Amino acid sequence: MIQKLLKHIWGWTPMLKISNLQVAYGGIEAVKGIDLEVPEGKIVTLIGANGAGKSTTLRAIVNLVKAKSGSITYHGDELLGLDTTKIVDKGITLVPEGRHVFPDLTVLENLKIGAYMRKDNLDADIQKIYGLFPRLEERSWQQAGTLSGGEQQMLAVGRAMMSRPKLLMMDEPSLGLAPLVVQGIFDIIEALNKEGMTILLIEQNANMALRVADYAYVLETGKITKAGTGRELLADDSIKEAYLGKSHRNK
Amino acid sequence: MVVGMTMETFLQQLINGLSVGSLYALIAIGYTMVYGILRLINFAHGDIFMMAAYFTYFGIAVFFMPWYVTFIITIGLTMLLGITIERVAYRPLRDAPKTSLLISAIGVSFLLENVATYLFSGKPQAFPEFPLMTTPFFIGGLSFQPVSIVIPIVAFILMSALLFIINKTKIGMAMRAVAVDYDTAKLMGIKINGVISSTFAIGSALAAVGAILWCMKYPSVLPLMGVVPGLKCFIAAVIGGIGNVKGAVLGGLILGFSEVLMVAFFPALTGYRDAIAFVILIIILLFLPNGLLGKKQVEKV
Ligand SMILES: Nc1ncnc2c1ncn2[C@@H]1O[C@H](COP(=O)(O)OP(=O)(O)O)[C@@H](O)[C@H]1O
Ligand SMILES: [Mg+2]
Repeated sequence: MIQKLLKHIWGWTPMLKISNLQVAYGGIEAVKGIDLEVPEGKIVTLIGANGAGKSTTLRAIVNLVKAKSGSITYHGDELLGLDTTKIVDKGITLVPEGRHVFPDLTVLENLKIGAYMRKDNLDADIQKIYGLFPRLEERSWQQAGTLSGGEQQMLAVGRAMMSRPKLLMMDEPSLGLAPLVVQGIFDIIEALNKEGMTILLIEQNANMALRVADYAYVLETGKITKAGTGRELLADDSIKEAYLGKSHRNK
Repeated sequence: MVVGMTMETFLQQLINGLSVGSLYALIAIGYTMVYGILRLINFAHGDIFMMAAYFTYFGIAVFFMPWYVTFIITIGLTMLLGITIERVAYRPLRDAPKTSLLISAIGVSFLLENVATYLFSGKPQAFPEFPLMTTPFFIGGLSFQPVSIVIPIVAFILMSALLFIINKTKIGMAMRAVAVDYDTAKLMGIKINGVISSTFAIGSALAAVGAILWCMKYPSVLPLMGVVPGLKCFIAAVIGGIGNVKGAVLGGLILGFSEVLMVAFFPALTGYRDAIAFVILIIILLFLPNGLLGKKQVEKV
């Protein structure tokens, strides 16, 4: 509400603004005209079942898949049509679904390659990431392909942090991880956000995601069907039914 | 051991095998690097090698430039040729099926061979002599051509430099990243096209040095001179495990030694010299389908 007001009064635009985005793979329409906003400094989550079009949306933002129509602006600048490297250079980073660490590169090299576009000294950043994920420091010289799934996810997050992004997008960081590791990842997400990083989080683990999110969108077969604060959606009966499991009880 | 083979000749043959093998290795690296990054067998690589030989021939024998100037220009032009081929014939097909890319490579190969035949005639031209490189010298009753010793040394230096670039520099790290995953590499801010161009530049530069050394050892140039070495070095790359630079070096050396020693031990088989590459290829692939140092091949999606 306040955002809406500000927008009208001062022409305020959110950090990331998606309008009427459509993406298709050949004949298959994966994203059918969605609107989504990510205000600076917030955690926004996009939840939805498998195949809803969540990954497609994120991949369209960084132009790893071409949007059919619509608009995606970052601080008011149009991103559609820009090369992925240009978009990343603006301070947007994606932790892709399935982690995609470089298996033949060492842990340290994976972190360094995350800072590929930086020319300054990386030592402080590497130490910071090793502080967050001590497991990575122990395995610094190991090939990333030999890490466990959880360690690879930590590495993927660490690698993304190395570019010092302003907007960090994560595609199902909890997928396939043990509950304890998932909790760790969500703790890090909240910590990064407290430091001022804006986060767009995609999750099937709706429960966890809605708890950390300032604002949330629900995507169903390519369309946004619900939006609200994390708290609102946690309390929403239809969301409970569809995404949180019937046994879920809201405190 | 075959009667008549003395220790001296055996040593000579070993040196000879090492120099032939080093030449193969230099050329094989180009195949393996391009395959590693594009999953493409660059059929034009042997013809890039041939063009480099002509660049050197023209520089020295036609334009009478000093040899060192010629070498630098040759390496530069060959790199440019490799980069241009990728730019014009492969990049537009980046998202096309791999077969289209392969056909384009074969097309470039034919084009270069025919352009060379048209421009330079199909006749072999004598490559200028390098007396410094070819006048034999003697150590304890053994006679060596200096070039046979210079080739492995130059090859060793270049391969060490290449391994350093691949493993220790930023662009090398980018090459290794692009070789496994274009999309994630882009997310790191790596410009894929630049990395691919660098790969072609390096592979072509090594082929150029290979061509210069080759012509010192076998002083003649002709438009189809790249066909057989190209095929053999491709085989060398496959034997070693295509995509793996050390494998290409290993494969090149194995081929070089086998050829030279086979001819030395069994002179009657001299006519089959070019066939041994295939025999070794078949034997190795029967037992190690991914080559000696190759990893299990993961199809790129
Ligand atoms: N590369 C692709 N080619 C064709 N269809 C795809 C491709 N990627 C995703 N899709 C389809 O697009 C839809 C949305 O997929 P995706 O964005 O991956 O969903 P989510 O991330 O929400 O699970 C699905 O129907 C999926 O099958
Ligand atoms: Mg997905």
